[in-house]
Amino acid sequence: MNPATATDEPGTEPHPLEVRIRRRFVGSARAFDINVHFRAGTGFTILFGASGAGKTTALDCIAGLIDPDEGLIVAEGETLFDSERNLRIPPWKRRIGYVIQDLALFPHLTAIENVGYGLRFMAPNQRRQRSRELLNMFRIEHLSNRRPAQLSGGERQRVALARALATGPRALLLDEPLAALDRPTKGRIIDDLRQWNQEHKVPILYVTHSSEEVFALGEQVIVLDAGRIIAQGRPHEVMRAPRLETVAQLSGFENVFDVTVMGIHEARGTMTCRIGSGPLELETPLVRADIGAKLSLGIRAGDLMLATESPRGLSARNVIPGVIRRVDSRDVIVSAVIGCDGAEFEVHLTLAAREALNLVPEKNVWLVLKTHSCHLMIA
Amino acid sequence: MNWEALWLTVRLATLVSAILLGLGIPLACWLTYSRWRLKFLAEAVIALPIVLPPTVLGFYVLMALGSRSPLGRWWQSLTGHTLAFTFEGLVIGSILYSLPFAVQPFAAAFSAVDPRLLRASASLGEPPRRTFLRIVLPLSRAGLITGFALSFAHTLGEFGVVLMVGGNIPGVTRTISIDIYDQVQAGNYAGAHQTALLLLIVSFVVLSIVYGLNRRPWTVGPWK
Repeated sequence: MNPATATDEPGTEPHPLEVRIRRRFVGSARAFDINVHFRAGTGFTILFGASGAGKTTALDCIAGLIDPDEGLIVAEGETLFDSERNLRIPPWKRRIGYVIQDLALFPHLTAIENVGYGLRFMAPNQRRQRSRELLNMFRIEHLSNRRPAQLSGGERQRVALARALATGPRALLLDEPLAALDRPTKGRIIDDLRQWNQEHKVPILYVTHSSEEVFALGEQVIVLDAGRIIAQGRPHEVMRAPRLETVAQLSGFENVFDVTVMGIHEARGTMTCRIGSGPLELETPLVRADIGAKLSLGIRAGDLMLATESPRGLSARNVIPGVIRRVDSRDVIVSAVIGCDGAEFEVHLTLAAREALNLVPEKNVWLVLKTHSCHLMIA
Repeated sequence: MNWEALWLTVRLATLVSAILLGLGIPLACWLTYSRWRLKFLAEAVIALPIVLPPTVLGFYVLMALGSRSPLGRWWQSLTGHTLAFTFEGLVIGSILYSLPFAVQPFAAAFSAVDPRLLRASASLGEPPRRTFLRIVLPLSRAGLITGFALSFAHTLGEFGVVLMVGGNIPGVTRTISIDIYDQVQAGNYAGAHQTALLLLIVSFVVLSIVYGLNRRPWTVGPWK
């Protein structure tokens, strides 16, 4: 028998970034004390917390823009700060990329000059080529010669990221750089960033106060509150789901089921939940729950769709065959009750839909339910 | 028109404002970024010529340059003559006299540069000195031109300090404003008027350039 060969398990890789900082602020409006210790591996680590929790202070310390009172900061094995040894590498020698919310693009330089700013050590044509590659990667090559004032918000964000990445940093600090952007733009920029990191494999510390971003990006989350780390782990372990509702809101749902968490799919941001004793299982949004947890699931009747043939190529994750049990008209709303494997769903339709699809009792239908129409509540 | 006096004055003002550009930039840089507790004293000293009567400033400069002071003696042992009542002495007096008119606009421009840009530059690998050259100086261009133009104009029209330090030696220390005084003393009002009008126009043009460059009006007084 071959002994199992040692593999690079994700949990055992060395952490390229270790941060232990204590810093006391006195004399300002309120005394503030930050005391955090964490490690970050390659890929996204999210620093999550309300404003004033100390997220930006932590990044400033890592970048070397402010000094902790005591602590240790190590990146890729090199000590950047160590209060015990009285060691402090100045920010310009740390090779830490830092993009702040206001971006701080140089207003007197064009986009390509901004991106090439940190490449002074290169020959001019080499520098231009490198800058062009990065602009190209962020799909803003056509804006090379514009100054920041002539760029849109999303374009500026891309220039700021490209500028930080151009120098080949060994860690990247992002302080809510995408907060001001609309969702599609944000998503595209994050995709570009992920792609960059697939080649470079550096730790990316991403500061946000939006829990939605945590679930979208998160491999690892560190939750900060009042200068302390209060939770740390994978998003679903430490975060309350955006839609974990309370029983008080239960009355708004026509369909309420007792469900059991059967599976957690972090990569997809979803869970599998079994209705009652089964066998029907639905794909729901990811919430902070363990396998086997009992939750309540609420679905609005108006969020359900019916199809008279097995639908294909749908984005909705839940397509369940069933039979129409009853059809009632209330004013202009048609309420249909659909029997599926071990559960009944109430569906609200329009009069026109009932006529077009000829929805009558005993007809076979398919129930279509989007993952995000499933609202999970504490049972 | 006393062309000799005019040429002397233009030479003096150009030299003084050029020296102040070189001297004022590091000084303003230090004033902007130093965290020294007693910095306000240095600020007050630099601003003194704005409120001090020129004769007072001129008197002390004369004392410092004269053969009784260590500086004067050192210069005398080096060159064989004192600095008082020479063109060089006039340059030194004028530099002190116009110093705030260069340093204050420089410092105001430097401190108007967003500190976040400096932090961004540092995290992109540029040490402070290079950040100053690549970010602060280009973004302070209007302030640099303002300081240069103001110190030029201010030196052009100085009277009290020149009289105290330089005296009234034709071709050496007789500047255009002293020439106006001489002409009035001699009863030559037409000549005085001609020269005075020229000074007025030049001053107006210089200030127009300054205000055109800066949307914020430049105010005489301590900068923030």
